[in-house]
Amino acid sequence: MPLNTAPNLTNADDAYAALLAAHEGLTKAESDALNARLILLMMNHIGDMEVLEQALKLASDPAA
Amino acid sequence: MTKIFETPLYPYVKSPDQTAKTPVRHRVVVIGAGPVGLAAAIDLAQSGVEVLVLDDNTKVSFGSRAICFSKRTLEISDRLGIGPALVEKGVQWNLGKVFFKDRKVYDFNLLAENGHRNPAFINLQQYHFEHELVKRVRSLEADGAPIEIRGGNRVSAVSDAGSHVAITIQTEDGPYDLTADWLIACDGAGSPTRSMLGLDFVGRVFEDNFLIADVVMDADFPTERWFWFDPPFNRDQSALLHKQPDGVWRIDLQLGWNIDKDAEKQPERVIPRLKAMLGDEVNFELEWVSIYTFQCRRMEKFRHGRVLFAGDSAHQVSPFGARGANSGLQDTDNLVWKLKLVIDGLAPDSLLDSYDLERIYGAEENILNSTRSTDFITPKSDQSRIFRDAVLDLSEHHAFARPLVNSGRLSRPCVYYGSSLNSADALDGPAQSQPGAPCPDVQLGDGFLLDQFRGGFVILAINADAPDELTDSGVTARTIRLRTKDDPTGALAARYLGKTPAAVYLIRPDQHVAMRRDGYDEGLFRAALRRATAKD
Repeated sequence: MPLNTAPNLTNADDAYAALLAAHEGLTKAESDALNARLILLMMNHIGDMEVLEQALKLASDPAA
Repeated sequence: MTKIFETPLYPYVKSPDQTAKTPVRHRVVVIGAGPVGLAAAIDLAQSGVEVLVLDDNTKVSFGSRAICFSKRTLEISDRLGIGPALVEKGVQWNLGKVFFKDRKVYDFNLLAENGHRNPAFINLQQYHFEHELVKRVRSLEADGAPIEIRGGNRVSAVSDAGSHVAITIQTEDGPYDLTADWLIACDGAGSPTRSMLGLDFVGRVFEDNFLIADVVMDADFPTERWFWFDPPFNRDQSALLHKQPDGVWRIDLQLGWNIDKDAEKQPERVIPRLKAMLGDEVNFELEWVSIYTFQCRRMEKFRHGRVLFAGDSAHQVSPFGARGANSGLQDTDNLVWKLKLVIDGLAPDSLLDSYDLERIYGAEENILNSTRSTDFITPKSDQSRIFRDAVLDLSEHHAFARPLVNSGRLSRPCVYYGSSLNSADALDGPAQSQPGAPCPDVQLGDGFLLDQFRGGFVILAINADAPDELTDSGVTARTIRLRTKDDPTGALAARYLGKTPAAVYLIRPDQHVAMRRDGYDEGLFRAALRRATAKD
């Protein structure tokens, strides 16, 4: 299964605002921990190693 | 009472070899009377191969060291004649608890498969394991088997002369020389044999130290494996508590890198650490304390002509996962039947190269697993610590995170995928018994299946016919016929047939599957037997 890089969020602005709201008022350490938990939750939800590898590749180099 | 590790079990005795005019030739010399060396020697002697074990010491190891022995090791030990004694003495466990900071985050059960003679793991001090091996050597000697241990014999020079190995030995009566057809070096992580032959040892040294203590106490901690990440009594580090026989508990405390090893070993430093962990009210006594720095590395080749390396001398791993001694036992299990066939002239010398390939594969798997455990337990960067802590926080509430927690991936037997000794899989059968895999055990009435796979190659015919035996170029495989209707547990069918109605397996002397298909065919089994002995 290929990584979906086409727009997929029903409401992009709401989703982005929710991400920022989750970090509101957190220290750097708390935000880092939240991000780590979020990544792990989403990684598990995706499950597919092939998709994860593509996501890791694009995250490392957006132009790849 | 004198403890077993304080008793000289194989004291120095002067041998007639020391006054011989020319160096006496031995068939196989094993250097090192640890678990791996003694297992190799017993296996050889049981197959009628003359073997001499040399060790600079005279006693079993001091301290618990390798404490956790796997089912596969116990299966190998059954073949060596000491399995039941180990299981009787050892502590069996199935439950583990994982703690993070000041709380338990989850517990796990090993969920061992039913119908195996042996438990998934037992905890047993290495000295008890070695003591059982020494007792077995003594009983073989009493029966006239060709086996001898010489304590107080320190090997000071080794060279491969092509047609034989030349060995120089130091004793309290001075030096003497021996020769051997084959040498198995089981002389541990610091292997003097490796240095004497100028051989490499490359890999990763981890910048960390662990305090390992054997503590005698009357405490009501359950028989479980308890692992702490970042506990209050050892901030930013890890800790392990595990029960052993005789009221001895094994405690591993991570100390970090920049420490004074000698100072940390002193009771005045150790005791407060343990009191912080166990509580002030627990009375305990220290039996053994050691500081451990580990490495994950291996030799480039385990075979060097007539010299074969096995166990820690060939490869080392971090202690998380019990992959040290357990993999060493798998080494000798793999090596001895091959060496026996080569010595008997029934297989080409190149069969020993498959020892190298198969056990390097095993070592790589162990190094990979134990390196990953180490990276989880001791995060190497700020980011890896953030993810590690996130996994542990999530694991308390969500099952998905628990497989990510890595406090050691416990030793499982190696499957030799793609080994040159395997024939292509010709059965739509279960993955657990595919070519290269160790045969899974099955309870059959009062006995167990693996007990029948001893002393050479076996053809296992399930719901199928096959002749009583098959011999090719002097190597014989004897047939065992079983019917699934005689197994009310259904495990035989589940583990060896899957959805197919019948199967015939060729099983190596080390109980690994060489080939399987849906029925017997002489030409194909002959070819598989030749392939499994490196003849084609």
